Amino acid sequence: MALKVGDTNEMVVIENVSRTHIVKYAGASGDFNPLHHDDPVAQNMAGYPSVFAHGMLSMGLTGRMLTDWLGPDGLKSFGVRFTKQVWPGDTLTARGEVTDVKDGVATIKVVTTNQNGDSVVEGEATAKA
Amino acid sequence: MADDGFEFPVDRTQVMLFARSLLDIRPEYSEPDDPATKALGGIVVPPTFVQCSAHWQPNYGLDLTRPLKSGGTVASQRQASGGGGGGLGRGLHAEQRYEYHHPVHVGDTLTVTSKPGKQWEKEGRRGGTLKFSESVTEYRNQDGVLCVTATSVGVQTERAVDQ
Repeated sequence: MALKVGDTNEMVVIENVSRTHIVKYAGASGDFNPLHHDDPVAQNMAGYPSVFAHGMLSMGLTGRMLTDWLGPDGLKSFGVRFTKQVWPGDTLTARGEVTDVKDGVATIKVVTTNQNGDSVVEGEATAKA
Repeated sequence: MADDGFEFPVDRTQVMLFARSLLDIRPEYSEPDDPATKALGGIVVPPTFVQCSAHWQPNYGLDLTRPLKSGGTVASQRQASGGGGGGLGRGLHAEQRYEYHHPVHVGDTLTVTSKPGKQWEKEGRRGGTLKFSESVTEYRNQDGVLCVTATSVGVQTERAVDQ
Protein backbone atom coordinates (compact mmCIF):
# COMPACT_ATOMS: atom_id res chain seq x y z
CA MET A 1 0.00 0.00 0.00
CA ALA A 2 3.04 2.26 0.60
CA LEU A 3 1.38 4.51 3.15
CA LYS A 4 3.35 7.51 4.36
CA VAL A 5 2.85 10.13 7.05
CA GLY A 6 0.39 12.78 5.88
CA ASP A 7 -1.58 10.49 3.55
CA THR A 8 -5.30 11.08 3.96
CA ASN A 9 -8.62 9.70 2.83
CA GLU A 10 -12.00 11.34 3.29
CA MET A 11 -15.49 10.28 2.22
CA VAL A 12 -19.10 11.04 2.92
CA VAL A 13 -20.14 7.72 4.41
CA ILE A 14 -23.87 8.40 4.82
CA GLU A 15 -26.17 11.22 3.78
CA ASN A 16 -29.37 12.15 5.60
CA VAL A 17 -29.51 9.26 8.09
CA SER A 18 -33.02 7.80 8.05
CA ARG A 19 -34.87 5.50 10.41
CA THR A 20 -34.67 2.96 7.60
CA HIS A 21 -30.86 3.08 7.70
CA ILE A 22 -31.01 2.60 11.45
CA VAL A 23 -33.45 -0.34 11.45
CA LYS A 24 -31.46 -1.98 8.68
CA TYR A 25 -28.39 -1.86 10.89
CA ALA A 26 -30.45 -3.13 13.83
CA GLY A 27 -31.67 -6.10 11.81
CA ALA A 28 -28.26 -6.93 10.41
CA SER A 29 -26.33 -6.58 13.67
CA GLY A 30 -29.00 -7.96 15.99
CA ASP A 31 -28.90 -4.89 18.27
CA PHE A 32 -32.60 -4.22 18.81
CA ASN A 33 -32.24 -1.76 21.66
CA PRO A 34 -35.51 0.20 21.29
CA LEU A 35 -33.65 3.49 21.82
CA HIS A 36 -32.59 3.09 18.19
CA HIS A 37 -35.95 2.37 16.55
CA ASP A 38 -38.85 3.14 18.91
CA ASP A 39 -39.46 6.90 19.20
CA PRO A 40 -41.98 6.71 22.10
CA VAL A 41 -39.50 4.64 24.12
CA ALA A 42 -36.59 6.97 23.29
CA GLN A 43 -38.64 10.06 24.15
CA ASN A 44 -40.91 9.07 27.03
CA MET A 45 -38.92 6.41 28.84
CA ALA A 46 -35.37 7.58 28.21
CA GLY A 47 -35.73 11.35 27.69
CA TYR A 48 -34.15 11.65 24.26
CA PRO A 49 -35.56 13.91 21.51
CA SER A 50 -35.93 10.95 19.16
CA VAL A 51 -34.33 7.67 18.27
CA PHE A 52 -30.64 7.90 17.41
CA ALA A 53 -28.28 5.68 15.44
CA HIS A 54 -26.28 2.90 17.01
CA GLY A 55 -22.73 3.99 17.76
CA MET A 56 -21.72 0.86 15.94
CA LEU A 57 -23.46 2.09 12.79
CA SER A 58 -21.22 5.17 12.87
CA MET A 59 -18.18 2.99 13.51
CA GLY A 60 -19.11 0.59 10.74
CA LEU A 61 -19.59 3.44 8.28
CA THR A 62 -16.25 4.86 9.38
CA GLY A 63 -14.71 1.46 8.76
CA ARG A 64 -15.86 1.67 5.18
CA MET A 65 -13.75 4.81 4.69
CA LEU A 66 -10.78 2.71 5.87
CA THR A 67 -11.47 -0.40 3.77
CA ASP A 68 -12.20 1.65 0.63
CA TRP A 69 -8.76 3.15 1.17
CA LEU A 70 -6.71 0.24 2.53
CA GLY A 71 -8.60 -2.76 1.18
CA PRO A 72 -10.72 -5.23 3.14
CA ASP A 73 -7.63 -7.04 4.44
CA GLY A 74 -5.47 -4.04 5.35
CA LEU A 75 -6.44 -3.30 8.94
CA LYS A 76 -4.52 -4.54 11.96
CA SER A 77 -6.61 -2.69 14.55
CA PHE A 78 -9.45 -0.20 14.71
CA GLY A 79 -10.71 1.57 17.82
CA VAL A 80 -13.02 4.52 18.43
CA ARG A 81 -14.72 6.58 21.08
CA PHE A 82 -18.30 7.65 20.45
CA THR A 83 -18.21 11.40 21.03
CA LYS A 84 -21.68 12.50 19.99
CA GLN A 85 -24.94 10.86 19.07
CA VAL A 86 -26.05 10.58 15.45
CA TRP A 87 -29.64 11.61 14.76
CA PRO A 88 -32.00 11.06 11.84
CA GLY A 89 -31.16 13.67 9.20
CA ASP A 90 -27.44 13.74 9.93
CA THR A 91 -24.81 13.42 7.20
CA LEU A 92 -21.47 11.92 8.18
CA THR A 93 -18.02 12.44 6.70
CA ALA A 94 -15.21 10.08 7.74
CA ARG A 95 -11.56 11.10 7.50
CA GLY A 96 -8.34 9.23 8.10
CA GLU A 97 -4.79 10.55 8.24
CA VAL A 98 -1.57 8.63 8.57
CA THR A 99 0.30 10.04 11.58
CA ASP A 100 3.11 7.51 11.92
CA VAL A 101 4.75 4.69 10.01
CA LYS A 102 7.04 2.30 11.86
CA ASP A 103 8.16 -1.26 11.18
CA GLY A 104 5.71 -1.65 8.30
CA VAL A 105 2.72 -0.51 10.35
CA ALA A 106 0.90 2.76 9.72
CA THR A 107 -1.00 4.53 12.49
CA ILE A 108 -4.06 6.36 11.20
CA LYS A 109 -5.98 9.02 13.09
CA VAL A 110 -9.69 8.64 12.38
CA VAL A 111 -12.42 11.25 12.82
CA THR A 112 -16.01 11.20 11.61
CA THR A 113 -17.95 14.45 11.71
CA ASN A 114 -21.58 15.41 11.19
CA GLN A 115 -22.89 18.18 8.94
CA ASN A 116 -22.15 20.76 11.67
CA GLY A 117 -18.51 19.76 11.86
CA ASP A 118 -18.94 18.08 15.26
CA SER A 119 -17.11 14.79 15.67
CA VAL A 120 -19.30 11.76 16.33
CA VAL A 121 -16.52 9.16 16.27
CA GLU A 122 -12.82 9.66 17.05
CA GLY A 123 -10.19 7.01 17.12
CA GLU A 124 -7.23 5.28 15.63
CA ALA A 125 -6.52 2.44 13.27
CA THR A 126 -3.36 0.61 12.37
CA ALA A 127 -2.72 -0.96 9.00
CA LYS A 128 -0.05 -2.65 6.96
CA ALA A 129 1.98 0.21 5.58
CA MET B 1 -12.58 -15.68 33.91
CA ALA B 2 -14.04 -16.07 30.44
CA ASP B 3 -17.54 -17.47 30.01
CA ASP B 4 -18.21 -20.83 28.29
CA GLY B 5 -18.70 -19.17 24.95
CA PHE B 6 -21.01 -19.90 22.05
CA GLU B 7 -20.67 -20.71 18.36
CA PHE B 8 -21.17 -18.10 15.64
CA PRO B 9 -21.35 -19.46 12.09
CA VAL B 10 -20.26 -16.92 9.48
CA ASP B 11 -22.59 -17.24 6.51
CA ARG B 12 -22.74 -15.42 3.22
CA THR B 13 -26.18 -13.88 3.59
CA GLN B 14 -25.34 -12.45 7.02
CA VAL B 15 -22.18 -10.83 5.65
CA MET B 16 -24.09 -9.38 2.67
CA LEU B 17 -26.84 -7.99 4.93
CA PHE B 18 -24.36 -6.46 7.35
CA ALA B 19 -22.21 -4.90 4.61
CA ARG B 20 -25.33 -3.56 2.91
CA SER B 21 -26.48 -1.96 6.18
CA LEU B 22 -23.17 -0.06 6.08
CA LEU B 23 -23.91 0.94 2.45
CA ASP B 24 -20.93 -1.16 1.39
CA ILE B 25 -21.42 -3.33 -1.70
CA ARG B 26 -17.82 -4.22 -2.50
CA PRO B 27 -17.61 -7.69 -4.11
CA GLU B 28 -15.33 -9.19 -1.45
CA TYR B 29 -18.34 -9.18 0.93
CA SER B 30 -20.83 -11.02 -1.27
CA GLU B 31 -19.52 -12.38 -4.58
CA PRO B 32 -17.43 -15.57 -4.26
CA ASP B 33 -16.41 -15.69 -7.92
CA ASP B 34 -15.15 -12.12 -8.19
CA PRO B 35 -11.36 -12.04 -8.77
CA ALA B 36 -10.93 -9.67 -5.81
CA THR B 37 -12.72 -12.16 -3.55
CA LYS B 38 -10.70 -15.09 -4.87
CA ALA B 39 -7.50 -13.17 -4.20
CA LEU B 40 -8.50 -13.06 -0.52
CA GLY B 41 -9.28 -16.78 -0.37
CA GLY B 42 -13.05 -16.28 -0.25
CA ILE B 43 -15.62 -13.83 1.05
CA VAL B 44 -14.26 -11.75 3.93
CA VAL B 45 -16.12 -9.55 6.42
CA PRO B 46 -16.28 -5.83 7.26
CA PRO B 47 -14.14 -4.60 10.18
CA THR B 48 -17.07 -4.47 12.62
CA PHE B 49 -18.82 -7.64 11.38
CA VAL B 50 -18.26 -9.69 14.53
CA GLN B 51 -21.00 -7.59 16.17
CA CYS B 52 -23.40 -9.93 14.33
CA SER B 53 -22.52 -12.62 16.86
CA ALA B 54 -25.28 -10.99 18.92
CA HIS B 55 -27.74 -13.08 16.90
CA TRP B 56 -26.19 -16.24 18.37
CA GLN B 57 -25.48 -14.97 21.88
CA PRO B 58 -27.70 -16.74 24.40
CA ASN B 59 -30.02 -14.39 26.30
CA TYR B 60 -28.74 -11.36 24.41
CA GLY B 61 -30.11 -8.39 26.34
CA LEU B 62 -30.70 -6.05 23.42
CA ASP B 63 -33.22 -8.26 21.63
CA LEU B 64 -36.16 -8.28 24.02
CA THR B 65 -38.51 -9.93 21.51
CA ARG B 66 -36.30 -12.96 20.89
CA PRO B 67 -38.25 -16.17 21.52
CA LEU B 68 -36.71 -18.53 24.06
CA LYS B 69 -36.74 -22.33 24.18
CA SER B 70 -37.84 -22.09 27.80
CA GLY B 71 -40.95 -20.17 26.65
CA GLY B 72 -41.76 -16.50 26.29
CA THR B 73 -39.19 -13.92 25.26
CA VAL B 74 -36.12 -12.27 26.77
CA ALA B 75 -38.41 -9.42 27.92
CA SER B 76 -41.03 -11.66 29.56
CA GLN B 77 -38.35 -13.74 31.28
CA ARG B 78 -36.77 -10.59 32.68
CA GLN B 79 -40.08 -9.29 33.92
CA ALA B 80 -40.82 -12.67 35.54
CA SER B 81 -37.50 -12.51 37.37
CA GLY B 82 -38.17 -8.94 38.51
CA GLY B 83 -35.58 -7.52 36.16
CA GLY B 84 -37.91 -5.12 34.34
CA GLY B 85 -37.95 -4.61 30.60
CA GLY B 86 -34.22 -4.20 30.36
CA GLY B 87 -32.19 -2.84 27.48
CA LEU B 88 -33.10 0.72 28.39
CA GLY B 89 -32.04 3.16 31.04
CA ARG B 90 -28.75 4.99 30.85
CA GLY B 91 -26.48 2.44 29.28
CA LEU B 92 -24.55 3.76 26.30
CA HIS B 93 -21.71 2.45 24.21
CA ALA B 94 -18.67 4.65 24.91
CA GLU B 95 -15.80 2.98 23.06
CA GLN B 96 -15.12 0.01 20.83
CA ARG B 97 -11.80 -1.48 19.73
CA TYR B 98 -10.86 -4.41 17.51
CA GLU B 99 -7.57 -6.14 16.96
CA TYR B 100 -7.40 -8.23 13.80
CA HIS B 101 -5.15 -11.26 14.15
CA HIS B 102 -6.34 -13.55 11.36
CA PRO B 103 -8.89 -13.17 8.53
CA VAL B 104 -12.51 -14.26 9.01
CA HIS B 105 -14.10 -15.92 5.98
CA VAL B 106 -17.59 -17.05 5.11
CA GLY B 107 -17.80 -20.70 6.12
CA ASP B 108 -15.89 -20.21 9.35
CA THR B 109 -17.49 -21.11 12.65
CA LEU B 110 -16.24 -18.74 15.31
CA THR B 111 -16.27 -19.57 19.00
CA VAL B 112 -17.03 -16.44 21.00
CA THR B 113 -15.87 -16.02 24.59
CA SER B 114 -16.18 -12.90 26.74
CA LYS B 115 -14.74 -11.76 30.02
CA PRO B 116 -15.12 -8.54 31.98
CA GLY B 117 -12.29 -6.01 31.76
CA LYS B 118 -11.48 -2.83 33.66
CA GLN B 119 -14.03 -0.67 35.48
CA TRP B 120 -13.72 3.02 36.35
CA GLU B 121 -15.75 6.15 37.13
CA LYS B 122 -15.50 9.79 36.24
CA GLU B 123 -17.51 12.97 36.52
CA GLY B 124 -18.94 13.84 33.13
CA ARG B 125 -19.98 17.23 31.82
CA ARG B 126 -23.03 15.85 30.04
CA GLY B 127 -24.49 13.03 32.11
CA GLY B 128 -23.41 13.34 35.80
CA THR B 129 -21.30 10.53 37.30
CA LEU B 130 -20.23 8.12 34.57
CA LYS B 131 -19.55 4.47 35.34
CA PHE B 132 -17.45 2.76 32.70
CA SER B 133 -16.98 -0.98 32.30
CA GLU B 134 -15.05 -2.98 29.75
CA SER B 135 -15.87 -6.31 28.15
CA VAL B 136 -13.26 -8.25 26.17
CA THR B 137 -14.48 -10.75 23.58
CA GLU B 138 -12.36 -13.20 21.63
CA TYR B 139 -13.39 -14.79 18.34
CA ARG B 140 -11.58 -18.03 17.45
CA ASN B 141 -12.15 -20.01 14.27
CA GLN B 142 -12.75 -23.76 13.81
CA ASP B 143 -8.98 -24.35 13.87
CA GLY B 144 -8.67 -22.62 17.23
CA VAL B 145 -6.94 -19.60 15.68
CA LEU B 146 -7.66 -16.28 17.37
CA CYS B 147 -9.12 -14.05 14.64
CA VAL B 148 -10.44 -10.94 16.39
CA THR B 149 -10.23 -9.47 19.89
CA ALA B 150 -13.01 -6.97 20.55
CA THR B 151 -13.04 -4.63 23.54
CA SER B 152 -16.29 -2.85 24.29
CA VAL B 153 -16.58 -0.03 26.84
CA GLY B 154 -20.04 0.68 28.16
CA VAL B 155 -21.03 3.66 30.28
CA GLN B 156 -23.92 4.15 32.66
CA THR B 157 -24.94 7.80 33.08
CA GLU B 158 -27.03 9.41 35.82
CA ARG B 159 -29.24 11.28 33.37
CA ALA B 160 -29.96 11.40 29.65
CA VAL B 161 -27.01 12.76 27.73
CA ASP B 162 -27.69 16.17 26.20
CA GLN B 163 -27.20 16.48 22.48
